Amino acid sequence: MAMDEKKCTGCSDCQNAKDPRYQELAQVIDEFRDMEGALIMVLHRAQEIFGYLPEDVQKIVAVELDLPLAEVYGVTTFYSYFSLKPRGKYRIAVCLGTACYVRGAAELVSAIEKQLNIKVNDTTSDGRFTLEVSRCIGACGLAPVMTVNDDVYGRLSPDKVPEILAKYQ
Amino acid sequence: MERIKLTIDGTPVEVEAGTTILEAAQKIGVHIPTLCYHPELRLEGACRICVVEVEGMRNLVASCVYPAANNMVIKTNSEAVRRARKTVVELLIANHPQDCLVCSRHGECELQNLSRQLGIRKVRFEGAKRDLQLDESSHSIVRDPNKCILCGRCVRVCEQTQAVNAIGVANRGSASIVTTPFNHGLADGPCVGCGQCINVCPVAALREKDDTERVWDALHNAKAHVVVQVAPAVRAALGEEFGMRSGSLVTGKLVTALRKLGFDQVFDTQFAADVTIMEEGYEFIDRLKKNENLPLITSCSPGWVGYCERFYPEMLPHVSSCKSPQQMFGALAKTYYAERAGISGSSIFSVSIMPCTAKKTEAARGEMQDSGYRDVDAVITTRELANMIREAGIDFANLPDSEFDLPMGMSTGAGTIFGVTGGVMEAALRTVAEVLDGKELLEVEFQQVRGFAGVREATVRIAGKNVRVAIANGLAQAKRLLESIKAGEAEYHFIEIMGCPGGCIGGGGQPLSTDPEIRMKRAAALYRQDMLKKVRKSHENPAVQELYRSFLGEPNSEKAHHLLHTHYQARSRY
Repeated sequence: MAMDEKKCTGCSDCQNAKDPRYQELAQVIDEFRDMEGALIMVLHRAQEIFGYLPEDVQKIVAVELDLPLAEVYGVTTFYSYFSLKPRGKYRIAVCLGTACYVRGAAELVSAIEKQLNIKVNDTTSDGRFTLEVSRCIGACGLAPVMTVNDDVYGRLSPDKVPEILAKYQ
Repeated sequence: MERIKLTIDGTPVEVEAGTTILEAAQKIGVHIPTLCYHPELRLEGACRICVVEVEGMRNLVASCVYPAANNMVIKTNSEAVRRARKTVVELLIANHPQDCLVCSRHGECELQNLSRQLGIRKVRFEGAKRDLQLDESSHSIVRDPNKCILCGRCVRVCEQTQAVNAIGVANRGSASIVTTPFNHGLADGPCVGCGQCINVCPVAALREKDDTERVWDALHNAKAHVVVQVAPAVRAALGEEFGMRSGSLVTGKLVTALRKLGFDQVFDTQFAADVTIMEEGYEFIDRLKKNENLPLITSCSPGWVGYCERFYPEMLPHVSSCKSPQQMFGALAKTYYAERAGISGSSIFSVSIMPCTAKKTEAARGEMQDSGYRDVDAVITTRELANMIREAGIDFANLPDSEFDLPMGMSTGAGTIFGVTGGVMEAALRTVAEVLDGKELLEVEFQQVRGFAGVREATVRIAGKNVRVAIANGLAQAKRLLESIKAGEAEYHFIEIMGCPGGCIGGGGQPLSTDPEIRMKRAAALYRQDMLKKVRKSHENPAVQELYRSFLGEPNSEKAHHLLHTHYQARSRY
């Protein structure tokens, strides 16, 4: 079928229809639609599907759940768990809770920034790593700690950084 | 209802259960300062300016949200309270730009007032200042997030009163900001430009787009023939800007002031309101006879039209095709008036003075140039006009009265009440009833459509038929009305919707006020003016009759359709 460019509104529905991620999103929305607190649940799953929450995904969620976009945006920017930017394959989160902080978490962050040549909340240009900081993750006995996706590393010091990151290269 | 007895600053007070400490204090004339609190909005309890001391409680409580309880002993001015309040204001000032001398809210700023009231002479803290971009995307409203103090009143009015939700609070903690989704700007989202957010903003974080320089330029341009129209609601509110009692009717002084400012012709939007009744009245009669596309919904309020385009596009066929009076006036000024005055439409600069910020966006709509030029060149609000009058050094309150110019300054009482909720309906009924009944309407006042309730309905007997009408003011109320129609719970023939609470008298361009009764006082002024008018039915306006005789032909003629009617389009709210 030929496309009439004059009539295209740029909604990108045509591309989305082919993208299985949008089909999955639609299923998730149907699953939670009538539940109380559906927004947070849907956003959670949407972030699992897309890796982050792009603008068009937030709009789809707003339209489908019949919520103002301003409310959806308020929620996605309020919780640090949600990301509005694409993130790397591996998410490094350095704990900046009190125990980790006093045991040198800040130096750890600097060492990682230096090695990956990015700042906190940035992603390496090859899309491999995103560096974030987190609140206390409840592993104070191992302070300072960091996580790489679901792996936890404790009793860290800046000199241990290269060895850990090498595992994910 | 359970009664509660408590003591505030040594004075006993008895209130109903559920009353807040703040309300109890107000009852006995104790003034507790507030900032995030607004009498017409949902409580937030965010700013902590209104804290008071309750005997036996460890911490100060926010009086705006804390319910009064039996035997409470409250101090609103203890040392701890004074210290806490001052600290809160100092912290707000520490983060606030210190450009008060050149700020658009200078002298009308609640933060400035609080600082003065609390006697703050020194700010002990140095806070971070933000350098965020202004949102100037809208034709109506400018957002300056640097001045925002996060009271959230704008967010609440946009959600609760207007059901638009154009703005919200994003981020958290010290990074919190009131903004549009993805910072895309007001023009990109559901904002209809109603300006209710401006009316509740305590500082200058929200303000109208200032068009006064463009008007000054035209006035100073010897080649431009500058005509001006004034909306009805302006004359019922402008006096407030010059220390006059609210509810003062300043029509005559207003005309004199506009002449002094240098406008070549001072006309009246009420003339165009009368024309609107001719067009819309006959449109209604036509639809009623054919029984199609009912209910007919009025189209005078651009806030409402913008809302319908974004939230209820399926209702657009019901919206009258009539342009608003402002735009009818604009199209006629550059054709009918130009022809009569023997000047070219191209040399006319057409200014309108409105109680409304959405009118700025309406005038800028691409289709609004049926005269062959942009029909209305500049729109300024009641507040902007007051600024121009002040700048020109005109002693407004002591001006003598004068009359509008003819022919487009002649109007009826029906045109006057366009400025208040229910007024367009009443004006239309005066004409429709007389036309359909075929005999003189003796009782011109339709009391059953007046009032301030959000949604009102009435049945009017016309030509042996029961005509069901409804009126909504404020967009959340319009939503309520439309939902009841969609659900099949109600059926009407004719509906008036105005985007702002109270109608245009409560518009987003009106003088700022903290008087909760202000809208009623302004409305009373318009009803008073209506009673004073010799002619109170639009179709009896001699200037309107002459317009049809010599220029337009019949109401809804081809020429009338070309100049005075328009079309709407569904718009995305995302």
